[in-house]
Amino acid sequence: MLDSTTKPTGAPLLAVDDVTLQYKTDQHLVTATWRVGFEVYEGERFVVLGPSGCGKSTLLKAVAGFMAPVEGQIRLNGKPIDRPGSDRMMVFQEFDQLLPWKTVLGNVMFPLLVNRRMPRAEATEHARSLLAKVNLSRFENIYPHMLSGGMKQRVAIARALAMEPAVLLMDEPFAALDALTRRKMQEELKALWDDVGFTVLFVTHSIEEALLVGSRILVLSPHPGRVKAELNADHLGFSDIGTPAFETLHRRIHDLLFADRVETALATEIQHG
Amino acid sequence: MVDIAQRAARPEPPRRPERMIELETMGAVGDAARPLSVPERLLQITGVRRMIVVAVLCIAWQLYAMYLNNSLLFPTLGETLEALYDSVVRGPLIERMMVSLQTLLIGYAAGLTIAGVFTTLAVSTRVGTDFLSTLTAMFNPLPAIALLPLALLWFGLGAKSLVFVIIHSVLWAVALNTHSGFTSVSPTLRMAGQNCGLRGVSYVAFLLVPAAFPSILTGLKIGWAFAWRTLIAAELVFGVSSRSGGLGWFIFENRNQLEIPTVFAGLFTVILIGLVVESVIFRSIENVTIRRWGMQS
Repeated sequence: MLDSTTKPTGAPLLAVDDVTLQYKTDQHLVTATWRVGFEVYEGERFVVLGPSGCGKSTLLKAVAGFMAPVEGQIRLNGKPIDRPGSDRMMVFQEFDQLLPWKTVLGNVMFPLLVNRRMPRAEATEHARSLLAKVNLSRFENIYPHMLSGGMKQRVAIARALAMEPAVLLMDEPFAALDALTRRKMQEELKALWDDVGFTVLFVTHSIEEALLVGSRILVLSPHPGRVKAELNADHLGFSDIGTPAFETLHRRIHDLLFADRVETALATEIQHG
Repeated sequence: MVDIAQRAARPEPPRRPERMIELETMGAVGDAARPLSVPERLLQITGVRRMIVVAVLCIAWQLYAMYLNNSLLFPTLGETLEALYDSVVRGPLIERMMVSLQTLLIGYAAGLTIAGVFTTLAVSTRVGTDFLSTLTAMFNPLPAIALLPLALLWFGLGAKSLVFVIIHSVLWAVALNTHSGFTSVSPTLRMAGQNCGLRGVSYVAFLLVPAAFPSILTGLKIGWAFAWRTLIAAELVFGVSSRSGGLGWFIFENRNQLEIPTVFAGLFTVILIGLVVESVIFRSIENVTIRRWGMQS
């Protein structure tokens, strides 16, 4: 057994080994991902990028422990994941992830108290400090239904970070926000990462978001999800939007994602031409 | 040709200069809101509007009864209130009311407990779900009062039989609503709860129950109304041979003595208790829970 202190540098925090995920609908057995493998190291902002239908959300649910792989294994610090747990706090896309019967502060304190992480007074202090980090101190006694979408997501992020999870899971957290709020949230997330320094596994379908948020990008192909590429984006930030380096990588990922479509389009053209 | 004609007829928007405005130069923004007048503010309060409806009904009652002038069939509001005062001060109305409420509370509490056990079983196992849905489908349409003859046979005359039929009237309504509330909790909220570390009993108590609270409260209200009706009806049926009857017995007794204003006073009390429970007790529960949480507007 290796714990985090004696763990040799170079061992991944999260290891996803050739994981195949399937789920059942009423009529079909759907294969969401096919032998997807990757490793996430401590302090990384790891982005899983792909079009809808590439199983990226299903993959995140498996890491969170909501479903078991049909094939392969997911390990956190060497231990296989078999159930949901607060060492992998998740921020969902939907705004209804907050408990409507708890105030903003109550929501952030909730997992701390459920897991008996610390006494109530200490939990209150800890929750307050996190709310300050996401600029919501003024709203701590308000119920979630009075918050805007962006504020709800910031509460969810604060709640997740309060648990100091080994890895923070984010399932398209900004996808339901308007474009202006989304950009602001991306910047805030990056600033928060600079400040707190957590490990995050981030799922998105936006190339731009992947480039802005991620330090490493896993590109998946759809039906079923398979790994297409794993790229570095650590050198890119908000100030690089519009620069050649940014546009080149954007173009490269775009071509990776749409290669199949271009090929089929070419094939049809050749046939008809 | 037609295309070109249409294109020529299409109005060309004028090219206009751009506008840049410094917000500071605009001066103070005018006050766009005005306070409401006193009558307007009073009409905003639901209670006030309902009182007006009640007042109109009372006046109509009084006028019609005076026109009919037959206190044996339809006493006036005044006579009814007089009889009510009489029965409260000198008569047994308060005592009768207490007997009814006590029986009701015992039956209600027992019904809720059994419903809690049933629904917890139903959410934790699939057999439990099938068991509960089959039982509710069978017994929910069966009026509780129809079980009274059997209950009298099994438990004899007295409070036990009443409690039995009240349990039957509460149980299925509450269990049905609670269970459907549990099943309609959003998948995201469920996952968020499990993600926060909730499992087993704590998952039911700290996530499912509060998340399903609007449905649970509806079940409690329906259960209460069923129980109250069933109780009064049951007392009317067998209060005849019991000395310490409740409100139903009070009504029956006075009808036999042709004290019609007192019968009206009894009915009035039944309505009044129903109103208080509905619009005071349940409403305040709603105000501090689902309204504050934004789960109901």
